[in-house]
Amino acid sequence: MKIEILGTGCANCKTLYANTMKALEESGKSAEVVKVEDIPSIMKYGVMSTPALVIDGQVKCSGRLASVVEIMGLL
Amino acid sequence: MLKSFADYLVFTLIGLVPGSRSGEALDFFIYDTIKIFLLLSVIIFIVAVIRSSFPPEKTKRMLSHKREYLGNIMAALLGIVTPFCSCSAVPLFIGFVESGVPLGVTFSFLISSPMVNEVALIMLWGLFGWKIALIYIGSGLLVAIVAGIVIGKLRMERYVQDYVWKMQVGNTGITVMTFRKKLAYAREYTLGLLKKIWPYVVVGVGLGAFIHGYVPADFLARWAGPDNIFAVPVAVALGVPLYSNAAGVIPIVHALMEKGMAIGTVLAFMMAVTALSVPEAIILSNVLKKPLLATFFGIVATAIVIVGYLFNAIL
Repeated sequence: MKIEILGTGCANCKTLYANTMKALEESGKSAEVVKVEDIPSIMKYGVMSTPALVIDGQVKCSGRLASVVEIMGLL
Repeated sequence: MLKSFADYLVFTLIGLVPGSRSGEALDFFIYDTIKIFLLLSVIIFIVAVIRSSFPPEKTKRMLSHKREYLGNIMAALLGIVTPFCSCSAVPLFIGFVESGVPLGVTFSFLISSPMVNEVALIMLWGLFGWKIALIYIGSGLLVAIVAGIVIGKLRMERYVQDYVWKMQVGNTGITVMTFRKKLAYAREYTLGLLKKIWPYVVVGVGLGAFIHGYVPADFLARWAGPDNIFAVPVAVALGVPLYSNAAGVIPIVHALMEKGMAIGTVLAFMMAVTALSVPEAIILSNVLKKPLLATFFGIVATAIVIVGYLFNAIL
C-alpha cells in the first residue's frame, strides 16, 4: 500500500502526516508513506485544497484534516 | 444575561467599584470574552457545515468559462462559502485558471474569500452590531467584484508564471460527505480554529478593555476622526502586516472607535487586515509575476481606501 500526503508544508499537512503514522501504528498495517510537497505533483491529482490524503493513487480526502480513526477506516 | 453575569462577577464577587476604571475594564473584558467565544463556537460550527457542501472543486466547475461581470459577482459570493486557507492559494489558483476560470474572476474569488470570512464577521457582529457586519460584507463583496473586473480588463494573463499554463491538472471526483461526516468535520474545524485564535481574542479583548477603561474619550478624534484625510490610507498601510489576526485586531479597533476613530477608517483598516497580507503575497508570487502581484495589491488597496472615505462621508 502506498500513502501520499499532499500539501505545501503548512501545519495541517504535518498533522495529517502524524495522524496517518498513528493510524498505521494502531491498525498494525504497513505502508509506504510519502510527503508530496511540489505543486505539479499535487496538481496531477486535481487537488485544490490541501492537505489531501491519497491511498494507492486515489484521493481519499482533501481540504481537511482526517482524524486517526477516519484514516484507520480508509486503510 | 451575560452582562449581569459579568457585573455580578466583577462588582459583587471580586468587589470592584462600579464606575471605577479597573472595575469597568475588567467588566468589559469578561463580558466581551464570553460573548465572543460563545458566538465563535456556534457560528464557526454552522459555517463549517455549510462550507462542507461547497468544496473548491465544485466552485471551480461553477465558475469555469463564466463571462466577466456575472462571473465576478458569482466568484465573490462563492468566496464566502468556499473554505479557503492561504496555504492552499497556489493549488487553488492553478486549478481555477487551468479549468478556464477567467483571471479577473479568479481574483474576485481570491479577494472575497479571505476578506469576507466568518471570524471577522462574528467579531464585527458581536462587538459592532449586525449593521456594521452587513456593511462590511456588502463593501467587501463590492471591493472583490470591482477589483476582479478591473484586473480582468487589464488583460494581464502574460504576468501569470509561465509554468501555470503548462500544468497538467488531474480530475478528481468530488468527494461527497455524508451528513454525519459533515458534522464531524465541522466539529474538528471549529475546535482547530478556536485553538488557533483564542490567544489573539483574549489579548485583543484585553487590550480593548484597557483602552475602554483608561484611554480618555475622543482621544483619537483629532487624528483618526472623519476630518483627517490621511487617516484612511494610514489605517490601510497599518493593516497589511497584521494579517490573520482579525480575531485580535477587531476588539482593539472597537475600543479605538469609542475613542473617536471614524467608522470608514475602521472598516478600511479591517479590510486591509483580512484581504492584504505579506505572507499571502509571498505565496502568490509562486504563480504571479511581479507586475500582476503589484497590480493586485494596488487595486485592492485603492478600492479599500475608497470604501473608507465613502463611509466616513456618509455615516
